[in-house]
Amino acid sequence: MAHPKRKISKTRRDKRRTHDVCTPATFMECSNCGTTVLYHHVCTNCGYYRGRQVLAVEIAS
Amino acid sequence: MRHGKKNNHLGRTASHRKAMLSNMASSLILHKRITTTVAKAKELRKYVEPLLTKAKTDDTNSRRVVFSYLQNKDSVKVLFDEVSIKIASRPGGYTRILKVANRAGDNAEMCFIELVDYNTFTTTSETKKVAGKKRSRRGSGKGKGTPQAVVTDTATATEEKAAE
Repeated sequence: MAHPKRKISKTRRDKRRTHDVCTPATFMECSNCGTTVLYHHVCTNCGYYRGRQVLAVEIAS
Repeated sequence: MRHGKKNNHLGRTASHRKAMLSNMASSLILHKRITTTVAKAKELRKYVEPLLTKAKTDDTNSRRVVFSYLQNKDSVKVLFDEVSIKIASRPGGYTRILKVANRAGDNAEMCFIELVDYNTFTTTSETKKVAGKKRSRRGSGKGKGTPQAVVTDTATATEEKAAE
């Protein structure tokens, strides 16, 4: 069976990993309550989506 | 090669997948809105929309065809007697998928899929008004046009009503 001839150096390992980047999720402010929500998602705080109540959410106080 | 084979198998055998989509379609017709994962919702949309179109012609043959997919008397009855009347004037696009927060546990993308013509939230709107929120939920309507402008218009309208 084939085996690695050498240990991969830290440089080679890290160079390989230069493309393993995660892009952070982008957020926006809810147009109704101002909380941070994901794009294209219903606001879990107030149930608004595109300026419309789409989800029944209990309102705190 | 799987060129052009766009169906999502959802990690299930064909019979399992067919049974699941059948059950989900019945649930959607009976409850008008169900919560599920985005992948399942997108497959369900492809499964249920042709059935809704089929339900527009109410005869024995189309009832039998739809029943062969749904395998549920109650949902077929609701579909032909209630839903088909509501959707009669809509040329396709009977369902809406709205994404909600990811599921706790496996972080799956969740959404709800609903029948567009049953999308009413009057009670919630009343509660909102009591809470002092001025924004109208009917702002953008069904269209995808300029929701922002319409929203402000209705918002001012409600404010004027409040002033009166």
